[in-house]
Amino acid sequence: MTRLSLTLTPVIIIGVAIILAILNLATPATSALHVSDFVVGLAGKYLCYALLALAVDLVWGFAGILTLGHAAFFALGGYCMGMYLTREIGARGVYANANLPDFMIFIGWKQLPWYWHGFAWFPFAMVMVLVVPAILAAVFGFLAFRSRVSGVYLSIITQALTYALLLAFFRNDMGFGGNNGMTDFKDIIGFPLNRSSTTTALMVISAIFTAAAFLFARWLVGSRYGQVLVAVRDAESRTRFLGYRPEYYKLVIWVVSAVIAGIGGALYVPQVGIINPGEFAPANSIEAVIWVAVGGRGTLSGAILGAVLVNFGKTVLTGALPGAWLYALGGLFILVTLFMPRGIMGTFGRRAGAETSLPTAHEKQGLAAIDGKAADLAEAGADIGDGEKTA
Amino acid sequence: MNAQPIGAVSGDLLYLNGVNKTFDGFKAINNLSLTLAKGEMRAVIGPNGAGKSTMMDIITGKTKPDTGQVIFSASTDLTKMDEPAIAKLGIGRKFQKPTTFENHTVWDNLLLALAGDRSPWFTLRARKQKSEAEKIDSLLETIRLTDHRHRRAANLSHGQKQWLEIGMLLAQDPELLLVDEPVAGMTDAETEQTAHLLRDINRTRSVVVVEHDMTFVRALGVKVTVLHEGSVLSEGSLDHVSADPKVIDVYLGR
Amino acid sequence: MTQRLGPHPSWRSAGLALIIALFVSLTVTLPATGAHAQSAPTSQTGADPYLGLTSRSLDDVVSAVDAISVSGDARARKVLDALGNNQLYTWKYPRPDHGLFIHDTDAGVWLDARTGAKIPAPPFLQVRRIVANDMVTGAIATAEGVLDLSSPNAGTRRKAAEAIFESPSASTLPIVQHALAHEQDPRVRATLLQAEAADQLSLSTTDQTTQLAAVSTIAARGDMAARNELASLSGAPKAVAVAAATAIKHIDFSLKLWSWLETVYYGLSLGSVLLLAAAGLAITFGVMGVINMAHGEMVMIGAYATFVVQQVFRAYAPDLFGASVIVAIPVAFVVAGAIGILIERCLIRFLYGRPLETLLATWGLSLVLQQAIRSGFGAENQNVATPDWMSGFFMVGGLTITLNRLCIIIFAFAVVGGLMAVMRFTPLGLRMRAVTQNRRMAASMGIRTPWIDAMTFGLGSGIAGVAGVALAQIDNVSPNLGQNYIIDSFMVVVFGGVGNLWGTVLAAMTLGIVNKGLEPVAGAVLGKIVVLVLIILFIQRRPRGLFPVKGRAVEA
Repeated sequence: MTRLSLTLTPVIIIGVAIILAILNLATPATSALHVSDFVVGLAGKYLCYALLALAVDLVWGFAGILTLGHAAFFALGGYCMGMYLTREIGARGVYANANLPDFMIFIGWKQLPWYWHGFAWFPFAMVMVLVVPAILAAVFGFLAFRSRVSGVYLSIITQALTYALLLAFFRNDMGFGGNNGMTDFKDIIGFPLNRSSTTTALMVISAIFTAAAFLFARWLVGSRYGQVLVAVRDAESRTRFLGYRPEYYKLVIWVVSAVIAGIGGALYVPQVGIINPGEFAPANSIEAVIWVAVGGRGTLSGAILGAVLVNFGKTVLTGALPGAWLYALGGLFILVTLFMPRGIMGTFGRRAGAETSLPTAHEKQGLAAIDGKAADLAEAGADIGDGEKTA
Repeated sequence: MNAQPIGAVSGDLLYLNGVNKTFDGFKAINNLSLTLAKGEMRAVIGPNGAGKSTMMDIITGKTKPDTGQVIFSASTDLTKMDEPAIAKLGIGRKFQKPTTFENHTVWDNLLLALAGDRSPWFTLRARKQKSEAEKIDSLLETIRLTDHRHRRAANLSHGQKQWLEIGMLLAQDPELLLVDEPVAGMTDAETEQTAHLLRDINRTRSVVVVEHDMTFVRALGVKVTVLHEGSVLSEGSLDHVSADPKVIDVYLGR
Repeated sequence: MTQRLGPHPSWRSAGLALIIALFVSLTVTLPATGAHAQSAPTSQTGADPYLGLTSRSLDDVVSAVDAISVSGDARARKVLDALGNNQLYTWKYPRPDHGLFIHDTDAGVWLDARTGAKIPAPPFLQVRRIVANDMVTGAIATAEGVLDLSSPNAGTRRKAAEAIFESPSASTLPIVQHALAHEQDPRVRATLLQAEAADQLSLSTTDQTTQLAAVSTIAARGDMAARNELASLSGAPKAVAVAAATAIKHIDFSLKLWSWLETVYYGLSLGSVLLLAAAGLAITFGVMGVINMAHGEMVMIGAYATFVVQQVFRAYAPDLFGASVIVAIPVAFVVAGAIGILIERCLIRFLYGRPLETLLATWGLSLVLQQAIRSGFGAENQNVATPDWMSGFFMVGGLTITLNRLCIIIFAFAVVGGLMAVMRFTPLGLRMRAVTQNRRMAASMGIRTPWIDAMTFGLGSGIAGVAGVALAQIDNVSPNLGQNYIIDSFMVVVFGGVGNLWGTVLAAMTLGIVNKGLEPVAGAVLGKIVVLVLIILFIQRRPRGLFPVKGRAVEA
């Protein structure tokens, strides 16, 4: 699978994107082959989710960090893009003020806050898309990994992180549009967002980014760095006694992953036309984890597959049976963890490379640790994999 | 990065002085003092809870002692350092339960253990090198896993895992090896081979072995330290400590 | 009413009124107002106290209100009420009888204000309503206070004295002193003395000794009203001003103390809510190590159980409604506990030792439970009523204590106390601790560990359900109820130290108080964010919480 999926995954992603683009742009609306803007938009959205899923898989699948707050990085990337798009509206807003976004005028602000400066310039905004999630991830990760917070504790504080951001972005005086967020965007570097060529272009760009991120992630986990990372995942204290500093290894993948999530968010916003604090909701982060679980943790291509499949299911189900979606999603969580812990790619992709398989062994040791002294979870978390005390 | 020539200078490689460690009222290590000469191999025995593993934890930086000094190579205070720093200093540790990277092949396990730059930046750019391959090949030879080089560590037998871990220790090229129960779960033949292997290793490196298996300790034929309730109960040859009434008292009950 | 009158009579009277008005306005009104404005209240008793009300000058009306309050007239209260309620009328153009009419709109009748006798409705174009502006309403409040001073009810008298204290004027001084002469009730007397002091201070002719005494009387009250009183003191002799300033300083200090106590109380209140939400989790997560993300939904189920119990009471035993909350406690415990046991048997037991998988599966479960409640009860908020015995408040010094909050604080501690007792004294608790400490050993001693697992999880879930009963009293009962508590609950348990109930208690209270302490400084949302960030940082400093369960892994 390794070799094959390495070439196949990007080919499929970009191939499907191009086919959809051609069917959208080159066929008349009446044709049976025509793909509507709606479908193209959906595909673009799924690809952004796929980027988020890739990010989650990198840290969960390869570093063993179950993140319940990755939507925070996604949303931060989205907000950076949203800020650019908001400035791009210029004087076309309701208040026709070229210097101040509508929502700032609405809450009575007189001038642009300092942190908004530069966002009118596309390249600066794009740099921020990468830098803002990276800085947050670096600070959070440095503190967390240095003090060896791991396991469920880490999961819970990642969730607290995104929850805190959710609350913060709900505040009007943060200057990001509060509850309503930012919307009503007009164009992106001069291309009107409501034109179907723009929609298609954004979708194709998302596909390119997804494929590129996939290849980059493959290279990363295939490198010796990736091998150490998996070693850290499976037996962290072993790596420490070999002289590695697991905190740095985790930090690198954590920041890389945050940046990928941020890119996903940045591509997402122009395609859905809105960014609001709801994107920070802890539920979003957990949903992203289930995409990865469904597709197959630690397989990368599975993460993309899972994101697309689950979201496709969501689109179909919420359309047909609105009440049933939460049952389906909840059921999916339960069934996958109980009956298909390796996910689709893990189960059917068999012959997975050594470095991509599930860390079943260390979890068994985790069991022993918890059996032995459940109260001592923190240490169980820290000791997962070394297990020298649990025999 | 380590491995200064052994034996040239006489003196102590490891020196524990008045080390204490209390866990929630339980004195795991009680005023422990211990000296290990350069090039020496030492067997440490003692009943359960005698503080053997805690002593290892303290030397390798996993546990910080409440009081006391741990001096390595006459000048370095290990109590001020953390595990990776101590590992880079040239102290390797084998866990009681064999701990290898289960999802990696035998070859990759050894590759990751090979002495070298440990930074993410280095590993990101690292390429396969001929010198590395040669070292790994010779290590495989030593630990008799050449035929299993491409198997995942998870699929090895218990004894093979023990050896792989010892191999990883050797790959680190340490000056001092701390080996915790290396023959647990091994057949008699494997035990003998392991004793042979450790004696071999001892030619160039210092070794501390913690072991319950007295046959094995006898096979090593080195000085023995008996730990009891966190401090040294007796020291000397195996025959000497076996005859020590204090040791008999501890081992055979009161 | 007036519309029913024919046009003819009213138009005729209007013409007549015009002529009279020209006359009366010149002869009667002006001298009358002059007399009223200048005179002291006591000298007024012989004259018609109501006369000033008919004046178009608001100052006259205000003076009249004062005069009425001290007139001792039996109708005084009725007339002032009518004035306050915009029901008092007089002739549009003054007439010799200085007619004053009350239009009782509720009863639909007109009364003569002075006598209370029913009269035919006056022609509407000839009367005008006496308008009460802010000044007049203020005067009415004081006046009614004065009237209340002679009420037979001690509470009313005290309230009246309080009212005078809050808006003192020289005019009420004689009345207060008069009341003091007769007052027996010590509490009323105390307030009257304060009112007297306030009146004295507002009177510039008071001598310095009396003023100093008054300042110290007022200062002794020590509340915001006393502070305002002293702060509004102006033009007083230096000694008095200094005494007042010192008193203000003292009051400020004690006010700060009270507000600090209030913060602590609010913090305890919030803390007890957190404690309730986290108590069950302290068992399932803290003791068993199960990451139950559906914990919040157990709380939510408990809240819905309360709702259902209340519905049953409403339908079958409305008289006993006050007991519904009490009945809901065991019901919620059993329902949530049973669901918990079901979850443990059907889901969680397959995931022991895989904490991250447990987290995901129980999160999925929480979605299913939420949706199930949404399907069954609808997405809207359900109305859970607070029984009468839990509503109301009382004062402790400067602290207002609401009963429902107090009940929740007591309840939270009772629940945790009960939980500790169960863990410590019951056979179940003993087995739970045994299984927690050494599963294999416990199993080999004949303890059915799977059964204990199920019971422990059921206990934790049941406690969550009980928490739901309390939270239903203060929060919206909706399918999302649980979600709001899950992160907080985990924070509390982790912050306190996993596996340590005392730690959970202390963590809940600390977080509650810190949160409430930050609120005035940073605002509610920012305060919460700061607390979250602090916890995140704290966990990184001490991953095992405030009170880690100490101990050391058994060496093999």
